[in-house]
Amino acid sequence: MPEFAVEIEDLEVVRGGNPVIRSMSLEVGAGTITGLLGPSGCGKTTLMRSIVGAQIVAGGRIRVLGRAAGSQDLRSTVGYVTQAPSVYGDLTVRENLEYFGRVVGVGDDRVSETVSLVGLEDHFDRLVSSLSGGETARVSLASALLNRPRLLVLDEPTVGLDPVLRAELWRDFRELADGGVTLLVSSHVMDEAGECDDLLLMREGRLLRHCAPDALRRETGEEDLGRAFLEVIERTGGS
Amino acid sequence: MSPRITLATGGRVLRQIRHDPRTIALLLAVPALLLTLMRFVFDGQEQVFQSIGAPLCGLFPFIVMFLVSSITMLRERTTGTLERLMTLPMSKLDLLLGYGLAFGALAAAQAIVVCLVGFGLLGLVAPHGVLLVGALAILNALLGMALGLLLSAFARTEFQAVQFMPAFIFPQLLLCGLFVARADMAPLLEAVSWLLPFTYAYDALERAVSPAALGAAILVDVLVVIGTTIGALALGALTLKRRTP
Ligand SMILES: Nc1ncnc2c1ncn2[C@@H]1O[C@H](COP(=O)(O)OP(=O)(O)OP(=O)(O)O)[C@@H](O)[C@H]1O
Ligand SMILES: [Mg+2]
Repeated sequence: MPEFAVEIEDLEVVRGGNPVIRSMSLEVGAGTITGLLGPSGCGKTTLMRSIVGAQIVAGGRIRVLGRAAGSQDLRSTVGYVTQAPSVYGDLTVRENLEYFGRVVGVGDDRVSETVSLVGLEDHFDRLVSSLSGGETARVSLASALLNRPRLLVLDEPTVGLDPVLRAELWRDFRELADGGVTLLVSSHVMDEAGECDDLLLMREGRLLRHCAPDALRRETGEEDLGRAFLEVIERTGGS
Repeated sequence: MSPRITLATGGRVLRQIRHDPRTIALLLAVPALLLTLMRFVFDGQEQVFQSIGAPLCGLFPFIVMFLVSSITMLRERTTGTLERLMTLPMSKLDLLLGYGLAFGALAAAQAIVVCLVGFGLLGLVAPHGVLLVGALAILNALLGMALGLLLSAFARTEFQAVQFMPAFIFPQLLLCGLFVARADMAPLLEAVSWLLPFTYAYDALERAVSPAALGAAILVDVLVVIGTTIGALALGALTLKRRTP
């Protein structure tokens, strides 16, 4: 296995005429959970879209699992969960998962396994449009877990979930990572940052820090990661 | 391209529609009801009803599938499922052909109902067989679908997509020769009508329901319809982007 699941060099992205990602370079270690943190609008989603090959980029180089981002053979090894749940509201949970399962070529046994993984087995035959926001988000997450991708890119997967479920999902993420899956997870919730092996702190399209949570605590002298992040932002602020 | 994914996509679109029984009922009943209405509007004028109603049996699916497919694809774009599909091992052809299977099947069901009512109950005649009308109806439905999929790329909202119907279908309906023979139109309009795919769809049907022997002309019509369908699908594939701004 290569050392890095994602390697980015000098990435530039322009959206709507504005630079959204500016000369960003980073690596995501294989088999780690990397948290992507930063204020709303700083470019987290854009960075993730670039990694999965859904974003037109203005410059730079992105290698994913040793291949150019967006290349065809990555489509069955990279899983992407968009920020807004992207599933069919007019289908049941089962029908959604069976469809995405057929597209990625897994059997229906894998569908029932995955639905238990996200705790939706009781809603298997409910229409997705009748589910709550958090439940819908879990259907979207399950759809990406079906074929056990080697890289999982999750855009705010725990928004709208209660603390119990959130803790459960983070346990699942850890289990996946222990099994060799690389996870890149964006979040607004700072206590989730502590669950990550590595943190990417972004602001206005730039990477402010790339370090482990403990290193961030040490650097700022703040035990609380939320405050540590604010501290880093303040220090680099005004620029 | 993979038959597995194409079939799965066709099945998925049909399942989406199955969860909406009201749409199915409208899809199947409205053309037959309109045809019945027309029968009594042209009460006692069998000749007029035959010349308008019989071709309409094969034109309804074009109009309906145009609308339904453009809305379905627009939803796919706006809810982010298209973006997801484009990151999966699915080719654009899988998606388009899957839609083709689903809407082709739907069109067949629609054509069966409207033809049963029109040719069975309302006294329309199909000298070359109702089966020919049905087959043309399915081809026309696929053309409508292909155009709908293509145009949906240019609509941002469902309101816009619905407006494409009066904007693109009504003029073609007026110019195709259904209501006024094309030879009697202003010369410019007649020239324009030759450029519109609907004209050929109508022309084929008109030949299929009139007693004159079928010549090579209907073959030309059918080839134009099929060619335009393929062309529209190819253009539609270009509007499905894996990378977006
Ligand atoms: N489709 C688009 N066209 C033009 N500009 C866009 C588009 N999408 C996002 N942007 C802009 O790009 C910037 C980064 O957006 P992005 O969605 O990546 O932010 P984010 O960090 O994911 O924010 P959030 O935490 O709110 O999800 C923002 O300034 C946003 O306004
Ligand atoms: Mg975002």
